[in-house]
Amino acid sequence: MNTKAAGYNYAYLDEQTKRMIRRAILKAVAIPGYQVPFGSREMPMPYGWGTGGVQVTAALIGPLDVLKVIDQGADDTTNAVSIRKFFAAVAEVATTTATERATIVQTRHRIPETPLREGQILVLQVPIPEPLRWLEPREAETRKMHALEEYGAMHVSLYEDLARHGRIAKTYDYPVLVEGRYLMRPSPIPKFDNPKLDRSPALMLFGAGRERRIYALPPHTRVESLAFEDHPFEVETWEARCRLCGAEDSYLDEVIVDDAGGRMFVCSDTDYCNRRQAAQGKPNPEMLGGKA
Amino acid sequence: MSVAERTGPQPLLRVRGMSKRYGRRIGCADVDFDLYPGEVIGVVGESGSGKTTLLNCLSAQLEPSAGSLVYDTRERGPVAVFDLSEAERRRLLRTDWGLVRQNPREGLRMSVSAGANVGERLMAVGARNYGQIRGTAEHWLAQLEIAADRIDDRPGTFSGGMQQRLQIARNLVTRPRLVFMDEPTGGLDVSVQARLLDLLRRLVGDLDLACVLVTHDLGVVRLLAHRLLVMQQGHVVEQGLTDQVLDDPQHPYTQMLVSSILPV
Amino acid sequence: MYVAVKGGEKAIENAHAWLAELRRGDPALAELGVEQIVQQLRLAVDRVMTEGSLYDPELAALAIKQARGDLIEAIFLLRAYRTTLPRFAAACPLDTARMALKRRVSATFKDLPGGQVLGPTFDYTHRLLDFALAAEGAAPEPAPEAEPDVAGTLPRVTDLLAGEDLIETAQSAEDEERHVADITRESLSLPAGRDLRLQMLARGDEGFLLALAYSTQRGFGNSHPFAAEIRGGQVDVSLVPEELGFEIEIGEIEVTECQMVNQFLGGEETPPQFTRGYGLAFGQSERKAMAMALVDRALRAAELGEESDAPANDAEFVLYHCDNVQATGFTEHLKLPHYVDFQSELSMLRRLRAEFLAREDSGEGDDQEAAE
Repeated sequence: MNTKAAGYNYAYLDEQTKRMIRRAILKAVAIPGYQVPFGSREMPMPYGWGTGGVQVTAALIGPLDVLKVIDQGADDTTNAVSIRKFFAAVAEVATTTATERATIVQTRHRIPETPLREGQILVLQVPIPEPLRWLEPREAETRKMHALEEYGAMHVSLYEDLARHGRIAKTYDYPVLVEGRYLMRPSPIPKFDNPKLDRSPALMLFGAGRERRIYALPPHTRVESLAFEDHPFEVETWEARCRLCGAEDSYLDEVIVDDAGGRMFVCSDTDYCNRRQAAQGKPNPEMLGGKA
Repeated sequence: MSVAERTGPQPLLRVRGMSKRYGRRIGCADVDFDLYPGEVIGVVGESGSGKTTLLNCLSAQLEPSAGSLVYDTRERGPVAVFDLSEAERRRLLRTDWGLVRQNPREGLRMSVSAGANVGERLMAVGARNYGQIRGTAEHWLAQLEIAADRIDDRPGTFSGGMQQRLQIARNLVTRPRLVFMDEPTGGLDVSVQARLLDLLRRLVGDLDLACVLVTHDLGVVRLLAHRLLVMQQGHVVEQGLTDQVLDDPQHPYTQMLVSSILPV
Repeated sequence: MYVAVKGGEKAIENAHAWLAELRRGDPALAELGVEQIVQQLRLAVDRVMTEGSLYDPELAALAIKQARGDLIEAIFLLRAYRTTLPRFAAACPLDTARMALKRRVSATFKDLPGGQVLGPTFDYTHRLLDFALAAEGAAPEPAPEAEPDVAGTLPRVTDLLAGEDLIETAQSAEDEERHVADITRESLSLPAGRDLRLQMLARGDEGFLLALAYSTQRGFGNSHPFAAEIRGGQVDVSLVPEELGFEIEIGEIEVTECQMVNQFLGGEETPPQFTRGYGLAFGQSERKAMAMALVDRALRAAELGEESDAPANDAEFVLYHCDNVQATGFTEHLKLPHYVDFQSELSMLRRLRAEFLAREDSGEGDDQEAAE
């Protein structure tokens, strides 16, 4: 998408489609955690590569917005680069890598370490929106289970983890209960990020393009990660700290550095890491040039 | 032997004119009976006589073409089962009722452990304490004579008889008052059957369970059922106290059934 | 060192440049023209238009060229373009009885009013590689032409059966006011009405539908179909502009229509009669239209009170998996990075292994084994 998209409407989608998506978003905001069906369109990127998130962003974005796009926490992964360039071309919007400067952050698989604030919107790309899918393959049945709040089977799978492994072995896409009502998949973020969902001051929108669903967490929504009273929810911890910035409180990627099994840990959130390094006065080859 | 007198006049389940048609074919027709708390009623007949269709209608798995089914609920007293919302009906099915299928694989989650199978109903009604769920599961496994150290094994590693006992434990964990059983001893060899029947007889008595028990095996109903319905081609051709029906059958079909099977 | 893991913009640009180079191939050879694809790879164009759900041979040909002949990629390109088009109006239902026929065959009658028209088909060709085509030769002799049919309307075989009440009437004929769903504008909801199902099938992957149709013939599904009629040719498209209030013709398109009939023994309130399976595709997409008709009928098994436990009877299974643009995207998304989640799995696995090995060492493991 390096040509300026002549002949296309602002932000790619036509205005009627945007209105349809906005209506779905409003409904989703009104019923936190409920999956709202919407008439998802084909987008110029493949299903499974963020079409849901892209449609949500396209329906919201305006010329005054500042957009940040991350994948795996990083601004410079290929899919993030591709989506950012898409919006830069079709929506003529300013982009940034700085979390606090963004008005909209579109993400795949992570929530930024820098706490989000009121007025910001986090758009999460969702591959499979249905939390009950692996327990029940049929949509007709899972919708009924949501309607009747039949969530026992989800706890059965957690029970089974405890019985088998002594702990809940789910590590990402860890199911949550929204405002005590709807069971929701937070998208494949590591469970490390689950606490950031709870009572977040930012609006969180979840878009699943292929499955044609949008759901939302309005600001300050109560989001509870499923667990048992005697086996409470826990997040990942590392014995290592980030090799580049020394952070102890961020989600770490393991990077293999040689053929002999050598490895190091670095922050998955590149913006967070770069900023910390800059504050420590370290030279910073990772910072993206020009954009921010 | 009259359970009705012992437990008072209010039936737990009242069935009137229960019929199910498949096009012009009859599944079952015009079945009437009352079932009292703690009573075991046996439904017998050859395969194709409509007894499984009847069981499916009674347990709300299948919507009947006609007839009424009234259940005396704990909270609201007698209600027409098919007038309940689907939510209420599903709740009834996993709390106050139980359903034991002939093939335990259909009634169990084969991909999770025995403990999870037994704990599922508890979690479905809101239990969230792992230790307590596990404790309750242990209790019911013991009741069904399943060794405590099998609690984390999957049902696939169990023998057929154990799978059936596990299915029963899974149903009893919410202390239901009514259990439907479809050939619970079918497919098991004779010595395993005998053990399961003993166990069932003890549990039904201890827990004051009402049961609708479908079987083609007159030996099973002789041991477990207080009363019998004999079905032929979708109709109940004879009903009465078990001993009376088996020892002095009135209908020619019952006479044939009894003479062909009992001598064994 | 770890930057290498994260691809940069440069890598994407280079990859795209390489792709463009391969697409063009050896520059010493003449470049393939879009018009050549329209003319000479017409069946590929027809398939891309059908599953791309956009009738535009030039754009479909362009998509095929851009996709280097990868038809699913081409379908995807066309769909993505289609998304951006404004919708002015919905056309009136096509009247396929008034088709200018190129082909029309019925398997249910030896002969019928209007006759059988074989048309340009691979049927009855011998599948021998024709090496003459490899040598660039002269244009073939023109095919002999029959007198053009002046009849105008040629009734469909199903209309003939309907005259005797031998076949069910289609739903839309009974209830023209009913809202017709639009799968390109709405989410698929289940249970899906026949309108939604037919739309999904029309866009569905030819290979997937073919396999499903085939499975119903092999016993996974209980169908005894007859190809009542397959017809293809040009048909007028018309619409009623709101400001005019009457129908005007806006052009014509080529379509292939297949109507399968299946025996149905009747239910409690319906007499025995034939039922229909319907298939329609752009251009000459006969395999697709036939497969679609079989799957359409298979999806009706439950409502007709037939056994419905085969894969092709399962609307949710069929409809949720027939769209190749959805399917290819999600299957291929596995090549996107997943290392954040994988990291979590890695840590968990290490921890579980450590605990397991610790148990082994302390001898606990032996007891457990003995108990099993």
